[in-house]
Amino acid sequence: MSSPLFELWRYRLLEPLRWPETIFWTFLFPALLALALGIAFRQQQPDPAAVAVVAGPGAAELEQALRRDPTVKVTVLDAAAADRALRLGKVAIQVVPGTPLRYRFDPTRPESSLAHLTVDTAVQRGRGRTDPVATVADQVTARGARYIDFLVPGLLGFNLMGGGLWGLGWAITDARTHRLLKRFLATPMRRRDYLLGHMLGRLVFVPLEVVTLLVFSWLIFGVGLSGSPLTLAVVIIVGALSFAGLGTLLASRAQTLETMSGLINLCTMPMMLLSGVFFSTSRFPDFMQPFIRLLPLTALNDALRAIMGDGASLLAVAPQLLVLAGWGLLSFVLALRLFRWT
Amino acid sequence: MSTAATMAPAPAPAVLLRRPGTQPDAGGPPAVVLRGLRKHFDDVKAVDGLDLEIRTDECFGLLGPNGAGKTTTIEIIVGLQEPTAGEVRVLGRTWGRGDRSLRARVGVSLQETRLPERLTVIEVLRLFRSFYPSGRAPADVMEEVGLGDKARTWTVKLSGGQRQRLALGCALVGDPDLLVLDEPTTGLDPQARLHIGDTIRSYRQRGRTVLVSTHYMEEAQRLCDRVAVVDHGKVIALGSPPELIATLGGEQVVEFALGDAALPDVDLEALPEVRGLRHTGRTLLLATTDARVTLPALLDLTRARGLRLESLATRQATLEDVFVALTGRRLRDE
Ligand SMILES: Nc1ncnc2c1ncn2[C@@H]1O[C@H](COP(=O)(O)OP(=O)(O)OP(=O)(O)O)[C@@H](O)[C@H]1O
Ligand SMILES: [Mg+2]
Repeated sequence: MSSPLFELWRYRLLEPLRWPETIFWTFLFPALLALALGIAFRQQQPDPAAVAVVAGPGAAELEQALRRDPTVKVTVLDAAAADRALRLGKVAIQVVPGTPLRYRFDPTRPESSLAHLTVDTAVQRGRGRTDPVATVADQVTARGARYIDFLVPGLLGFNLMGGGLWGLGWAITDARTHRLLKRFLATPMRRRDYLLGHMLGRLVFVPLEVVTLLVFSWLIFGVGLSGSPLTLAVVIIVGALSFAGLGTLLASRAQTLETMSGLINLCTMPMMLLSGVFFSTSRFPDFMQPFIRLLPLTALNDALRAIMGDGASLLAVAPQLLVLAGWGLLSFVLALRLFRWT
Repeated sequence: MSTAATMAPAPAPAVLLRRPGTQPDAGGPPAVVLRGLRKHFDDVKAVDGLDLEIRTDECFGLLGPNGAGKTTTIEIIVGLQEPTAGEVRVLGRTWGRGDRSLRARVGVSLQETRLPERLTVIEVLRLFRSFYPSGRAPADVMEEVGLGDKARTWTVKLSGGQRQRLALGCALVGDPDLLVLDEPTTGLDPQARLHIGDTIRSYRQRGRTVLVSTHYMEEAQRLCDRVAVVDHGKVIALGSPPELIATLGGEQVVEFALGDAALPDVDLEALPEVRGLRHTGRTLLLATTDARVTLPALLDLTRARGLRLESLATRQATLEDVFVALTGRRLRDE
């Protein structure tokens, strides 16, 4: 007779594969997400700076001068309308004609600071300023430095997290609400085998998810892999197991699927923002950094980015692997202790 | 050293073929012993001081209305719930230490378990079989519970009766010494119930113990050597079905209703051959030793008083009547 671990693992594979939804979440969803984000953040010319010239004496002349600069979009508004446009972010800066010429903008908005420089240069040149140093600007778009190159490893990590938490959390809670766990408890099945079977089941789905996303983003956006595929595989496996452990821990007590989704959202939402999926973790203040770096998704994303973008070696991502392994082990051991069968 | 003599076919194991119940003290220790069993949920006393002894080799029935405490008792016996108080011994052991080896000897079918939806019948049986150190071939069990032609069907696509049979198969596949079934036939049509009854009987031929809960009286009567009638978490009657029916005093029942009219109890009890009278709602039950004598007398009486019978039936007394006699209520509200 075959071993219980093998049979439980098989059960964990066959059942999801027989649900059409699984195919969607496993293959289509990651690809669609990458496509949508890739299109939203595709490389393009920066938007021209929106400038409001406040109506008054000299406004027409100022408008003429600014129109000549293609990186500036000018509108003439009366003072009240210009204030509203600035407040709503419709324009980045107001120019009030007069002597001296007055600029009004919010320096905390990056596009406003940028517009300040652009508009001032255009105004000064319009009045005949000549630059003392001759310059030439060469425009380059480096592969590997685009947003999509930043995004794909983040999405990969995000998917691994979602797959682990939702895949295991849902399956276990569902079995509990249908009293299947109780039925299993009435057999001599080892609880360790049950949980391990679920975690190992993830290891079959992970390659499918990962390969879809990577091949897709390579074909469509030309996102490459600079590091070794083997190193990448190790990080992915450790990450997947870590989140499978966390999923098991979250599911160890939940009595309803609603509780379970609440718990998972509570876990994934903060990490989605903090762990550098869509934007860099460096946006958060320094005092938060040690905490952020200890999050499993941060560790996974950092390691994936280092390998895909910088070709980092296994040794270079050892700290991240350690964080992931720690989360995985801790979760699994805790889950074994806390687990409720009814 | 094995010799030709020890390898010769053994004589038919008489002990396995004897009618259980005919030798009350036969065979080792009892399969299940419950003493002073209590289980309280906050202020609900689900089991309230229950004593039982289930003999090895018998089919024991737990009868009772909804909420009597059958499921709670069964789940305590199979080690899924902890009792609040009392002693539980199963196959000579207690729960709490070395449970895996005890679980390997107890086969269970619980009320309301949903098996993995998109596994096939044979896959589910294989999964359960893998948990047991020894047991029967999943394919054999599948045939025995009558699902041979459903091997490749997902469990969600089975009918209610087929699903119950699969649950029974999961209980049998570890070849247990004690088979515990919580309402294995509830909600099934008579045909499907007969099939499950047959399976339980063929398991019994191998000389094992069965504990089954049900609220189908005729089923308990057909299947069980002894039954315990449970109400409000206590055993209110215990014995073989014929013994329990005999306590009614009469083997037959005249069941009738008078509508809004009434007859004094004393007049009814004075009818010939009547051994007992019960009211359940608007229906009156007369236990009688001979309905052929009681019935005409009853008709004469109602005619003499100018009353009209709304309904009238005679039948053999069942365990249901025993329950009504003990509690004044019916087992099932239908
Ligand atoms: N987990 C629980 N929490 C609170 N009360 C419970 C719990 N389990 C059972 N009970 C209560 O204990 C009593 C006995 O329930 P039990 O399920 O044992 O009855 P039963 O005889 O199996 O009934 P049925 O024929 O409906 O299956 C009921 O009143 C029930 O409400
Ligand atoms: Mg019950």
